[in-house]
Amino acid sequence: MTTTPRIVVTGLGATTPLGGTVAETWEGILAGRSGARPLDVPWVEQYDLPVSFAATLARPPEETLAKVEVRRNDPSAQYALVAAREAWADAGSPEIEPERIGVAIGTGIGGVQTLLEQWDNLREKGPRRVFPLAVPMLMANSPSGTVSLDLGARAGAHTTVSACASGAEAMGYAAEMIRSGRADIVVAGGTEAAMHALPVAGFAAMQALSTRNDDPERASRPYDVDRDGFVLGEGAAVIVLETEEHAKARGAKIYAVLAGLGMSSDAHHITAPEPEGAGASRAMAEAVESAGLALSDISHINAHATSTPVGDVAEANAIRRAFGDHTDSIPVTGTKSMTGHLLGAAGALEAVLTILSVHHRVVPGTINLDNLDPAITLDVVSGEQRALPDGDIAALNNSFGFGGHNVALAIRSI
Amino acid sequence: MAANEQEILAGLAEIVNEETGIDAASVELDKSFTEDLDIDSLSMMTIVVNAEEKFGVRIPDDEVKNLKTVRDAVTYIQSNQG
Repeated sequence: MTTTPRIVVTGLGATTPLGGTVAETWEGILAGRSGARPLDVPWVEQYDLPVSFAATLARPPEETLAKVEVRRNDPSAQYALVAAREAWADAGSPEIEPERIGVAIGTGIGGVQTLLEQWDNLREKGPRRVFPLAVPMLMANSPSGTVSLDLGARAGAHTTVSACASGAEAMGYAAEMIRSGRADIVVAGGTEAAMHALPVAGFAAMQALSTRNDDPERASRPYDVDRDGFVLGEGAAVIVLETEEHAKARGAKIYAVLAGLGMSSDAHHITAPEPEGAGASRAMAEAVESAGLALSDISHINAHATSTPVGDVAEANAIRRAFGDHTDSIPVTGTKSMTGHLLGAAGALEAVLTILSVHHRVVPGTINLDNLDPAITLDVVSGEQRALPDGDIAALNNSFGFGGHNVALAIRSI
Repeated sequence: MAANEQEILAGLAEIVNEETGIDAASVELDKSFTEDLDIDSLSMMTIVVNAEEKFGVRIPDDEVKNLKTVRDAVTYIQSNQG
């Protein structure tokens, strides 16, 4: 095998239900806080929705964006902008040729709030009242386009759309952009802003959401025997990727190495996971192999673990299928217990959390895990956080999406 | 009640600021939307849509291209408002 350049992470950004920055979010994660809260919106009652809570953004983008940026962008692009600016600044705002800077930002649903608000405008007030920026705001590539405009990135701006794997897939796409020589540095991540009655009603109609309305903070409980669905979240997470050589040449600080990438598709069912986890396990094995690692080198997995009854078991089966007996010595965590499920931003946020786990050598605990489902035979970290060993370590981040998309990212210490 | 020129100018300046971020104070009667204020055609449409709602006027698409300066817009709104 020829030596391919190591791709490293030099910047992190996030706006999440736990905080307006990566630091605030990580602090919330280590403290075991839940980002779920009652939805303070008229439409829950208006449409008599079966779910009245969600993991809404901790800090509205209005706090950091100019008024006109809020006005002219769908929330999905606003969140991406907030996270991308933080990540770019964290990377030291590199001054490099615009033609060498790329963007890859995924989203599951895109500008659904704009789409539906403008549909309301059309029906209630007529075509003349449809906002002239409706189309550029609602399109799924609006976040990547907006971030590319903001950073002046001209190597290419790409949008991965693979439901809840979108953000992780964007990071994989970004790594391949760098490997193929198309860009020297890529801003990559995911964003989602689906806090609207229709997505809530839609997910509720497929019985994917927890209905623990009387106790939102306890609703997202991956691996717990009483889990009853995921908690809808929103936000964005973005990282800055470049080759190790490029990062060192400009004196950048390096968090970790994006060492491996595995992708597969189930071709099993449009939404249900393949129960034995064949596809997901192939993605995990490929991520480990492409990182040049052995299965026994993986010392932590940040799981997709959405808190759905079927999904958590399927992933656990997939992990065991991929790792065999090594499974017992891999501490697994489900951070969606705190952040909720950020859909197209979930994989990106969990990649950020995995990077921080490797960087700080600590696995945050899964919250709300009172009684481990006997069908889950994993070493799930709950309650106390757990330290990771010194030396060269590697961790895996899993993301799966409706459509049968499986993405695994391998993160290695520097 | 119909708005006078000053009121229309102030209302228009507020819309321009909200839609483009341009300082409301720089929206003066003799300024050209494209040459002086650097407003592109799509942003101009967002201003038109909001001005229609705010002032209760209809500004047909064919008319928009004739609104070269802020004064053109103010005059059009003043003479066509309901």
